Amino acid sequence: MFLVFLEIRDGKIKKSSLEALSEAKRRADEMSMDVAAAIAGHNIEALAGEAFCYGASKVFVLENTLLSHYSPSGFAFALKSLIDEVNPTVILFSATAMGKDLAPRLAASLGVSLATDCIKMTANGGKLEVVRPIYAGKAFATFSFKSSPQMVSLRPNVFPLIDPLDTQGETVKKDVVLAEDNVRDQVVELLKAEGVALDVTEAEIVVSGGRGMKGPENFDLLRDLTSILPHSAVGASRSAVDAGWIDHQHQVGQTGKTVSPNIYLAFGVSGAIQHLAGMSSSKVIVAVNKDPEAPIFRVADFGVIGDLFQVIPPLKEELKKLLAE
Amino acid sequence: MNIFVFVKKVPDTESKIRIDHEAKCIIEEGLSFVINPYDEIAIEEALRLKEAGEATVTAFSLGSDESIPILKKALAMGADEAVLLKEDLAESYDGLRTARIFVQALKTKYSDYNLLLFGKQSVGADNSQVPSMVAELLGLPQVNVVTKLEIDGNTGSAYREIEGAVEKVSFSLPAIISAQKGLNEPRYETLKGIMAAKRKDIPVVEVQELGFDGDELTSQLELIKMESPPPREAGKVIEEDPDVAAKKIVEYLREEAKAL
Ligand SMILES: Cc1cc2nc3c(=O)[nH]c(=O)nc-3n(C[C@H](O)[C@H](O)[C@H](O)COP(=O)(O)OP(=O)(O)OC[C@H]3O[C@@H](n4cnc5c(N)ncnc54)[C@H](O)[C@@H]3O)c2cc1C
Repeated sequence: MFLVFLEIRDGKIKKSSLEALSEAKRRADEMSMDVAAAIAGHNIEALAGEAFCYGASKVFVLENTLLSHYSPSGFAFALKSLIDEVNPTVILFSATAMGKDLAPRLAASLGVSLATDCIKMTANGGKLEVVRPIYAGKAFATFSFKSSPQMVSLRPNVFPLIDPLDTQGETVKKDVVLAEDNVRDQVVELLKAEGVALDVTEAEIVVSGGRGMKGPENFDLLRDLTSILPHSAVGASRSAVDAGWIDHQHQVGQTGKTVSPNIYLAFGVSGAIQHLAGMSSSKVIVAVNKDPEAPIFRVADFGVIGDLFQVIPPLKEELKKLLAE
Repeated sequence: MNIFVFVKKVPDTESKIRIDHEAKCIIEEGLSFVINPYDEIAIEEALRLKEAGEATVTAFSLGSDESIPILKKALAMGADEAVLLKEDLAESYDGLRTARIFVQALKTKYSDYNLLLFGKQSVGADNSQVPSMVAELLGLPQVNVVTKLEIDGNTGSAYREIEGAVEKVSFSLPAIISAQKGLNEPRYETLKGIMAAKRKDIPVVEVQELGFDGDELTSQLELIKMESPPPREAGKVIEEDPDVAAKKIVEYLREEAKAL
């Protein structure tokens, strides 16, 4: 059995979790295995339906009031008791903030190794092979597992969703026995970052600015573009972040976030090796830079040599026109 | 308060990574190595806690003698002690293996701690595993990717970055914290610090002598191959009037890339 942990945010299953579920379905079909999903929380049973659409034939609902707010120790404890009971062959997570926090804790409690943030998964006989970028994507390593269950987290935005199925499955409710003492690091408050609708790691289109933006106020030009483009977010180079023009949660690169959107638009970004490390797995890269020698042009699918301040206004109009169609 | 900080030697982020396909590893020759940037933030945080109250800061690194300069750096920044957990093996990319070594060293030799600080990931293995695994194996609370930390006596609060929001987590000590950029701005070493670090002895603990059974230290990940990422080919570059350029970008995205 493939067991996929589904993350719930704002009362919904996260899209990247559904991506992991979709990938589980594809691989499990090849390996003639079942797919089950697990959700954890309080009063969340109604969310199981969506998991059936994306390939789960069974959904385990881990229920306890202590799970209504996330804690890595509490969630790992609850998942371990389920895993001890149902014995999956593969356990999948999405490598989101929660996935990266929780999966290793669970792996340690099961005494198994984990491959983090994988971008490819293939079935080889009864075993999985996974590819993960290391050295910020400057090398790709392929691993298989000697420990069982095989545990993998998948990079968001890389694995396509399957077409929603029109099926129902079995919901299995588990009342988790959990003591206060099992919950040692609970979230007590959620603070929303101002003006951040969508995180760069989750956006389908990233509009990034570098030092060429010249000042914080000009990032409004990029925010304007994101207000037109669907599922988009503003990214930045470290220089722009270090200059204090924009918060570091927007930083893309080796010491920022790794993104793989459908479209990466880079304005006034030179394309330093540390920046490229964070965005070169984007599907399409478009760069605007006034320096024809800028290294960003060596990875861009489409480059414009020019002044970003002159290109952005007509670009905005063209996009508006197109998207109004 | 006893604060332990775990630091790792990694290739400078400027590095071009070359691969030995036969040996399935990166070619270290010609690379320059630095302290993992997130670990540097962890050290800085330990030093700030020390300066705000009473604390001893000890840095640990797992690796060969080549990790000694990293520990010297921690000492030069202001750490009180440094310990090398010595092993001459190549990187396994298996976080559980590393976590088990730290846990064994803590349990058998260094069991007096209040706070264990890590970087949120090493820029290299990029695993983001070891802090959470150590936390689980020791039964401690964990907060990863922390941008703000407050310790008050025996309890603390940490703010951790998630997608588009920040989570505030409360915990009691001992606890595990991993540092994210934004937590602080690491200081430079002073000349005085560098001189003192030079003179300071760094005790060496052999990993083999920590009392592991036969295959406990075998990596559970099988490295099948290591390759360079498929190269990205440079595409079209145009130089046109802004109006024309803007039209062509949109045309490209829609017609050729079919991305809009
Ligand atoms: C340990 C370490 C970690 C790092 N991690 C990261 C990281 O995670 N992410 C990251 O991005 N960087 C990182 N860096 C920094 C990196 O080395 C570069 O310094 C940085 O990416 C440069 O940012 P930039 O491209 O915005 O600025 P610059 O290199 O200064 O480039 C600005 C570009 O804007 C162009 N420009 C200027 N004006 C205009 C205009 N009007 N119209 C069009 N183009 C214009 C210029 O031609 C130039 O190419 C790291 C560095 C170190 C040492």
